Amino acid sequence: MTPAIRLILIKLLQAVPVVLIVSILAFLVLNLLPGDPAVIIAGDQATPAAIEAVRHSLGLDRPFIVQLGIWFLHIVHGNFGNSLVLNQTVASAMLQRLPVTLSLAGLSLAITLPIGIGLGSLAAYYRGSWIDSSVMTVALVGVSVPSFWVAGLAVALFSVVLGWFPSSGYVPFAQNPAQWLRALLLPSIILSLFEIGFLSRMTRSAMLDVFGQDFIRTARSKGISEWRIVSKHAFRNALVMVITATGILLSAAIGGSVVIEQVFALPGVGRLVVEGILARDYPLVQGVMLIYGLTFVLINLIVDLAYSFADPRVRYD
Amino acid sequence: MPADALVSIRDLTVQFRTDRGWVSAIEDISLDINAGECLGVVGESGSGKSVTALSILRLHARGTARAARGSIMLDGRDLLRAPERDLRRVRGGDIAMVFQDPMSSLNPVLTIADQISESLRLHQGLSRAEGRSRAIELLDLVRIADAPRRADEYPHRLSGGMRQRVMIAIAIACRPRLLIADEPTTALDVTIQAQILELLRDLRAELGMAVMMISHDLGVIAEFAHRVVVMYAGRIVEQAPVGTLFSAPRHPYTEGLMTSLRGRDIPGQRLGSIPGRVPDPDESIPGCRFGPRCAHVEAVCRAAVPALVSISENHDVRCTPRSQALAPACL
Repeated sequence: MTPAIRLILIKLLQAVPVVLIVSILAFLVLNLLPGDPAVIIAGDQATPAAIEAVRHSLGLDRPFIVQLGIWFLHIVHGNFGNSLVLNQTVASAMLQRLPVTLSLAGLSLAITLPIGIGLGSLAAYYRGSWIDSSVMTVALVGVSVPSFWVAGLAVALFSVVLGWFPSSGYVPFAQNPAQWLRALLLPSIILSLFEIGFLSRMTRSAMLDVFGQDFIRTARSKGISEWRIVSKHAFRNALVMVITATGILLSAAIGGSVVIEQVFALPGVGRLVVEGILARDYPLVQGVMLIYGLTFVLINLIVDLAYSFADPRVRYD
Repeated sequence: MPADALVSIRDLTVQFRTDRGWVSAIEDISLDINAGECLGVVGESGSGKSVTALSILRLHARGTARAARGSIMLDGRDLLRAPERDLRRVRGGDIAMVFQDPMSSLNPVLTIADQISESLRLHQGLSRAEGRSRAIELLDLVRIADAPRRADEYPHRLSGGMRQRVMIAIAIACRPRLLIADEPTTALDVTIQAQILELLRDLRAELGMAVMMISHDLGVIAEFAHRVVVMYAGRIVEQAPVGTLFSAPRHPYTEGLMTSLRGRDIPGQRLGSIPGRVPDPDESIPGCRFGPRCAHVEAVCRAAVPALVSISENHDVRCTPRSQALAPACL
């Protein structure tokens, strides 16, 4: 068994208790929320008897521990139970929505990585100059301004006034890649604003750290060009920090996508969970929270593996 | 400038940016490094040895230093005014450098072969495969056992002594005409120090390159150098062939250094030392900068900065009373 595979197996085993705890917490939190799904589903005019019938049919009248057991059973089955309002299993609802959220997160990361790393390196290289201060000002604005506010302004300008982008909606990639890009570009850029600000600050500080090291002077003494020193000698050393920052960004993108999908009416997982919460659709919200938990675990696993790729000193052998 | 001077430094003054403006770290440095010779540069920390060495290749951290005066000539070109592009050809090509701390001077995320072959691929246009096999030859040359395996390893797998050998391999890769060794053994333990010095001596003979050996250790200098430059507080205070300097030092500072060296062989005798400390570069001292620490200081020393005066062939001293007493009458 190669070290990498063993690492993956160990990390996956470590993830089991994490996922278990997340699933129980998801269940508990929803049960503590005020509001009764039976009342909402039965409607405004329902009689107490009708509400009771709905409650019984949903299994909500069973003891707490039995409900928890049923929830686990559904997880093991892989369908996460039936949604209370969507008339499908939670798993199929999530699978339907997942491509939208992944597209959004992926596209915004594709925008963020080159720009964030580029700006951060530039600021570090020209430390103390006007380039540095402009990049850092832009980065500060990026991390400080709330995305829902920028999103609102952007829709008003680019969609309503200029008409460059649709203000809402989503087209699957398989159906029409150009339309897919057009629908996702504006939300992705807005999601990227925070990410670029964060990543460029992290990159700058990591690169500054590296630029002060002796081996950069060694590289210079060999006659290597400044570009190569920055892109090869310095960046390879700053990479661990960049990977850490990217992992954090991916996790943050889960939260960010909830807001952005809401503003742009994108039918993603973030929007699904908001709908679920408003409708007190317990199984749906529990399922999404579990998927979010799994995603965090997965991101951490990828980051761990990427470390060993980036730095020979943390190779697991 | 002598006909066989490889690198010729004249009136070099280098300043650093500080909170109180530009401060001179070295002043009026003039020295020649002849082809194939080994020049020792000695002095306490803060004397300006490393600043001088780094100035030759302009390797000071960007934006922190400037050459206010002087020239550094190589093949009729002034390196201080050469465009960055031309200077990059000199770096690692004509002139290479080995630094003090081998633990931090190698890039931790690149393989040994990659780091050695980088300048070969850059200066001589070697392919990746050619560069690797040449890197292995160089590892053999610096006496690293099992070179093919070491070539693909990363620096953290190597000991300090081996890393310094790798640094030397990097430096000699393109057969430089001048190797600047800035305290190459200071960070190593004593037995390894001797091995590295021996290696440098053999390589110098084998490759016929000049070496500028910078050290605060007079033992290293005595063993290695043909000619010695003594620096104090940013100035050259004495230069002479190694035999002359050790048998007949003329500057009181050099004398003090020799006293501190000699005492260590006589049991029971206290080591000689020079009272006081090296002044900071921005400290204003009228006249001779060694004056406040000098046992023989006179009024004339405080009156004006002493000039570096030739008192015999190849022997210069920056001390007004001594040079007046010793200089040939015709000067």
